Amino acid sequence: MLVNQFLFLAALLFCIGVYGVIARKNAVLVLMSIELILNAVNLNFVAFALRNGNADGHTFALYIIAIAAAEVGVGLGLVLLIFRNRRTISLDDLSEMKG
Amino acid sequence: MIRSAEALQTLSSGWFLEHAWLIPIVPAIGFFIIILFGKKLPMKGSEIGLLSMLSSLVLAGETAMQWIDRVNSGAEAQFIAPVVRTWNWWQIGGMKFTIGQSIDGLAVIVLVVVAFISTLVQLYSTEYLKGDRRYTHFFAALTLFSAGMLAMVVAEDTILFLLGWEIMGLCSFMLIGHWWEDGANSRAALKAFFTVRTGDMGLLVGVAMLYFASNEWTTEHLGVSGFSIRGISAWALSGEPNSTVILVASVALFIAAIGKSGQFPLHTWLPDAMAGPTPVSSLLHSSTMVVAGVFLVARLYPVFFTGFDILGTGGNFITIIGGITIVIAAALAFVQNDIKKVLAYSTVSQLGYMMLGLGAGAWLPAVFHIFTHAFFKACLFLGAGSISHSASHHSFDMKKDMGGLRKVMPITFTTWVISTLALCGVFPFSGFFSKDEIIDNVGHNGYQLFMIIGLIGAFMTAAYMTRATYLTFFGEARGASAGEHHDEHHDAHAPAHDSHDSHDAHDAHATEHTDHGPHESGWRITLPLVLLAVLALSSGLLNATPFGEKWERIKTWVEPRAEVVMETAPGGPGHSNVLSIPTAAEEGHHDSPCGSETPEEGVCYAPQLQHAPFKWSKAMLSLGIVFLGIALSWLFSTLLYTRKDKRLVGLTERNGVLRAGCNLLINKYYLDALYENVIVKAIAGPIAAAAYWFNQNVLDGILHAVARASRAFSGWVYRNIDQRVVDGTVNNSGKATKGAGGVLAPVQSGKVSQYGALLFSAAAVAALVLVIINS
Repeated sequence: MLVNQFLFLAALLFCIGVYGVIARKNAVLVLMSIELILNAVNLNFVAFALRNGNADGHTFALYIIAIAAAEVGVGLGLVLLIFRNRRTISLDDLSEMKG
Repeated sequence: MIRSAEALQTLSSGWFLEHAWLIPIVPAIGFFIIILFGKKLPMKGSEIGLLSMLSSLVLAGETAMQWIDRVNSGAEAQFIAPVVRTWNWWQIGGMKFTIGQSIDGLAVIVLVVVAFISTLVQLYSTEYLKGDRRYTHFFAALTLFSAGMLAMVVAEDTILFLLGWEIMGLCSFMLIGHWWEDGANSRAALKAFFTVRTGDMGLLVGVAMLYFASNEWTTEHLGVSGFSIRGISAWALSGEPNSTVILVASVALFIAAIGKSGQFPLHTWLPDAMAGPTPVSSLLHSSTMVVAGVFLVARLYPVFFTGFDILGTGGNFITIIGGITIVIAAALAFVQNDIKKVLAYSTVSQLGYMMLGLGAGAWLPAVFHIFTHAFFKACLFLGAGSISHSASHHSFDMKKDMGGLRKVMPITFTTWVISTLALCGVFPFSGFFSKDEIIDNVGHNGYQLFMIIGLIGAFMTAAYMTRATYLTFFGEARGASAGEHHDEHHDAHAPAHDSHDSHDAHDAHATEHTDHGPHESGWRITLPLVLLAVLALSSGLLNATPFGEKWERIKTWVEPRAEVVMETAPGGPGHSNVLSIPTAAEEGHHDSPCGSETPEEGVCYAPQLQHAPFKWSKAMLSLGIVFLGIALSWLFSTLLYTRKDKRLVGLTERNGVLRAGCNLLINKYYLDALYENVIVKAIAGPIAAAAYWFNQNVLDGILHAVARASRAFSGWVYRNIDQRVVDGTVNNSGKATKGAGGVLAPVQSGKVSQYGALLFSAAAVAALVLVIINS
């Protein structure tokens, strides 16, 4: 069944996203990786909606797209402010903890 | 004409008709090329914009040719089926969403107009915005705008329609705020965006309502979804729909049209939109985008026809709004000193004519007015831009910086006068053939009151355009057009100006002032002007009702014929539906039941409309009114602005009634004040305060009561349970935690990626456990 291939692709995208979130230092790239994760989830939703012949998965996917757009807006706003204050967006330099 | 054969005569088609969807695709691709590579190209992306619009124009022109062939290949009064092609966009369960093109006469005429004007405006912009700092972005937005408009026009379904509509709204915002460094410009952009958005809600509601109301019927009878425009049209005329549902849906859709087409009471954004560069005003805010609302009404006409019972009453929502708009906008045009604002209000007023025509059943004259109005209004705007570019140092103030320009700018002057005469509706010019037809047909269909309003509007149009022409081109040169160095005086003038007064302060301003005197503009500005003026002069002849039926070409090509047809799907994908005439409706077409009663068999796609027979006596009346307007206004202008007659000078200061009227107009009927001070402040002030009070007194009261109760309870718990039982446990576990914390402290590194790694590995372990448990 075609659904399997969608799921594999989604899993692959998810893994790439997770890798990006963990390994990347650049805040913008981390945001992009989060997008990848969200879209992997979207792909799963749509794939299952296709298999079950049900529109619910599509609705969820549309919601996620809308929320992801808002999330990126807020995220980029944060990054911009951080850059203005600290002249860097490297996540490693942001920590203020002593440990 | 009686046809015995049941199947309709086969209509010709062609490659360009079948591939009309390429028309919006080409500029859409152009947009992406400009935005991605524009800055690296030799002409900064403008060549891509121009090229894509030119290709669209060629495609649209060929499509129009093939459409005309198609119409000619059919029999007289035969329903000319639109060329429909759809693709599945989205399919799930029982729902199917298609996206596609539906090309009919209305689509073809608007496609040609939009592609043509877009091409000329792009050519004009290459000169007008030379050296601008966001030159590439300007062309990108302009091209995307055209793509949006063209997509809306070819749309087969309301979804693509909505998409194109919103793209236009976005581009309009980007282009009005093109020089956003100036606060007034970005305010104007926001105002336009939000005002139009208010109306857009109506479109969303209307589309959704139509879908849910009609989906069942359209799926059963035509095999299309409730988003398909022709499905909705057939449904609206089938006698099936509930009258309340269709009335509410058409009101909602018309609210969208009010917002987009600048009708009363949402017209206030359009004059402010003149803050954008002049080519933008010319393309978006006069000839193409603002007719989107009119186009919406024309496209879904059966819905409005049934919803408002257009031929059955002497006044409805559309005509009332249209009528009000004609008069109030024309009145506002009298007190403007900014030449572009005069034209903006004139646009609002002319859009009122189109709405009035549609509302009163004069479908074809209204659509024809879209066609002619686009040419002469674009020409007037580009003329105003030409003056500001070459003669008045980027000022648009007629009283301060213009006057006496007819000698220095002969081409601009000639084209301006031709377009003005067309706008006023003087006989051989194009505006006469469309505007007079609207007024005539409105009266013919039983809307006498609105015919009188139309005539009053014609008088006012002639008068304010004469005033503007006089101030700009006659009299003596003032301010910048007299060669006065504007830059030094600029600051002195500034406080006196209206805060929205638009000065096109682009970057070229400071750099390329080699000659300061007023002069004629370059060929890239005058060529569009000349082409548009030629069309303003001659395009009316395409539907010259006075000369007999042979001249009514647009009527033949564009007006959908109201014939009852049966649509049967032969089955199998890739086959278009077969149209045939139902047996019951064979006896002639003159009493086509479309619109007036329920078709017994088959469906209608367009209502049967009447055309008023042309009478020279009626035309003479309206021409007389127009000439009276021109003459009176000319006399008044000469006396007032040359200050020959002392009685007129300062009259509005001396006479109380006139002063009140003048103040009302200058303050734009206080509508802006109403919106900003009353509505916005009410939400920001009292309503917010009420919410705060509710929050403080009611919610907090409940909260405090709960808090007191829980405090009493927790005191008891503290004394009896906490102190005795828990503390012992906690002290011990505290010691344990301290030990463990010492071990785990390095994990709290503050490194986000480390936290992420922990989070994901925990989630992975949990998922693994879940899988093991479930299997």
